[in-house]
Amino acid sequence: MHLVQQLLFIVCTIAGVYIFARKVGEMRRNILLGRDEDLSDNSAQRWKNMLLLAIGQKKMFKNPIPAFLHLAVYGGFIIINIEILEIFLDGMLGYHRLFAHAEGLRTLYAFLIGFFELLASLVLIGCVIFFIRRNIIKVRRLNMKELKGWPREDANIILMTEIILMTLLLVMNTADQALQGRPGAEHYIALNPFWISGNFVHLFSGMSVSTLIGIERSCWWLHILGIFFFLNYLPYSKHFHILLAFPNAYYSKLTPNGQVKNMKDIQNEVLYMMEPDKAPAATAEAEHKRFGAKDVTDLSWKNLLDAYSCTECGRCTSVCPANNTGKLLSPRKIMMDTRDRLEEVGKNITANKEFKDDGKTLLNNYISVEELRACTTCQACVDACPVMIDPLDIIMQLRRNLIMEESNAPQEWNMMFGNIENNMAPWKFSPDDRDAWVNS
Amino acid sequence: MSVKSMAEYAANGENPEVLFWVGCAGSFDQRAQKVTKAFTQILDKAGIKFAILGKEEMCTGDPARRAGNEFMFQMMAYNNIQTMNGYGIKKVITICPHCYNIFKNEYPALGGNYEVMHHTTFLQQLINEGTIKLKDGGVFKGQKITYHDSCYLGRGNAIYDAPREVLEAFDNELVEMKRCKSNGMCCGAGGAQMFKEEEPGTNRINFERAGQALETGATIIASNCPFCMTMLSDGVKNKEKEDSVKVLDIAEMVAMSL
Repeated sequence: MHLVQQLLFIVCTIAGVYIFARKVGEMRRNILLGRDEDLSDNSAQRWKNMLLLAIGQKKMFKNPIPAFLHLAVYGGFIIINIEILEIFLDGMLGYHRLFAHAEGLRTLYAFLIGFFELLASLVLIGCVIFFIRRNIIKVRRLNMKELKGWPREDANIILMTEIILMTLLLVMNTADQALQGRPGAEHYIALNPFWISGNFVHLFSGMSVSTLIGIERSCWWLHILGIFFFLNYLPYSKHFHILLAFPNAYYSKLTPNGQVKNMKDIQNEVLYMMEPDKAPAATAEAEHKRFGAKDVTDLSWKNLLDAYSCTECGRCTSVCPANNTGKLLSPRKIMMDTRDRLEEVGKNITANKEFKDDGKTLLNNYISVEELRACTTCQACVDACPVMIDPLDIIMQLRRNLIMEESNAPQEWNMMFGNIENNMAPWKFSPDDRDAWVNS
Repeated sequence: MSVKSMAEYAANGENPEVLFWVGCAGSFDQRAQKVTKAFTQILDKAGIKFAILGKEEMCTGDPARRAGNEFMFQMMAYNNIQTMNGYGIKKVITICPHCYNIFKNEYPALGGNYEVMHHTTFLQQLINEGTIKLKDGGVFKGQKITYHDSCYLGRGNAIYDAPREVLEAFDNELVEMKRCKSNGMCCGAGGAQMFKEEEPGTNRINFERAGQALETGATIIASNCPFCMTMLSDGVKNKEKEDSVKVLDIAEMVAMSL
């Protein structure tokens, strides 16, 4: 019987990890569809950013209430993994509470389990409050129109899964303690009461040994299967940020927010016009790349990593002046659209071995011109993101494509361009009057 | 007061300490011209040898670049850098955060390397060094002032304190809006919005922002950007508060207190 359970466990583990790894490989391939961008510089500053922003969650604390709740859920999630290690070893080796076998360590063991229970309870409470904020209080940021449908369900599935997993862990421990010292349950090692579940053992005291073992084993199995489910749910969900927040913070922009990326190819083009002798040889441009971005493959790999790192919290959108005044633009939607389109392109490649034109692009089919036109480039979205996503960089690249490839500009902008070209100022004034203020 | 151009200095074989980059708004916009004049008065009073480029100055290319017209931006940048490098300019002061940002962050990649200062940082320096002294019990004594962070000085370049320090030098009360510093709200002009109609929405960004400024009960809204100045002035007018609430550039406030 034991052996069957062990084998079953090993099969589940291998399958769970394999399917996860395969999907992650696919995501990596998708991210690398983006254009090259060398971000290998300044590793000291990058490690520091990762430490402060991803591990330390520095930017979350602009908003203390969700920050503390999030910290509890995140801290609990990470530290409880130590217990998952024991669960793994138990499952593979057929033990029950392997780490409690050394008699001298039992006090410490019970203490640690107690501590994990405390964390599990904090995760549970945190998730319940998050659920209430989302579905009952209906915090505005968490109930905007771009979240209708799947994104909203996704958020609730994540919260419910975490609530269920933590409940299973606590019920398992309660049943375990009810079994300790009972005849017929000798392998349930007697331990000091656990901090949280220890208070609920009396609820289970009337149950028979076999019922209790049934409860304990079911919880154990459901918990670990739940973890395998969750692991494989992550790549399809916004919750993947728990992994990508780290590389994304590492590779985040180190230059001032106000700085727009230079377009070297256009710079060379101008140089070629003005000073042909100084311009780099024209042969260097082997293939013409689109100016700006029309589809996800025109974006840089960092933009695509950004898209997979977004957990749709909406801090960007809630500070966007355009969104605040009812315009169509939502920086969160820019990130969600980029991810959705990237997934679509990825599936296309998986199915056809290479990308088969589907007549769609990120620009127009996902992100409309009106959205792009509403941006004031104020960088509030960039500043707000706790994991250093840069929606503005994507907006800028799409805008460049609209102007330079499609000559798609509002009439007033065309006039402004004309004025700059002819009068060296965006307004229609004579360049001779530029210093007229001196004598006025 | 005489304002000399770089060409005039060069003709005399002289080198000014700084180039005052006036910018398109400072040159042509009637309201912004007042800021330009106020700032030249301060430079004059502080005894700083400065020049303007005059007719040789051109748009930095900021609105073109942010609208997506990289080609036009590169053209303007090329021309300006040629002019500035031709004069051997080392230090630039500007009254526009968009010009400031582009000189500071975007021209270096194109061969334009200058020490750049926004006028509010420069004013703070002049006051701290004692080069200029504000009158005791000046015109702003006891008035409530609120400060609007422009995007390209604030979030764009993390300059939040220098302009506030200048304002604190007046004998008055500085009140913050709910959205300030890194969470400050845009006036609605950036990203070339200044030059087009807003997209359809429920409110105008400048009306929203002006409302936030008025909520503080301040009678002066201090700004550091000619575009914010236009947007906020229109916003205040929309709320019919233009008689009781003034939108002033920090340079104007300093000039009035000398």
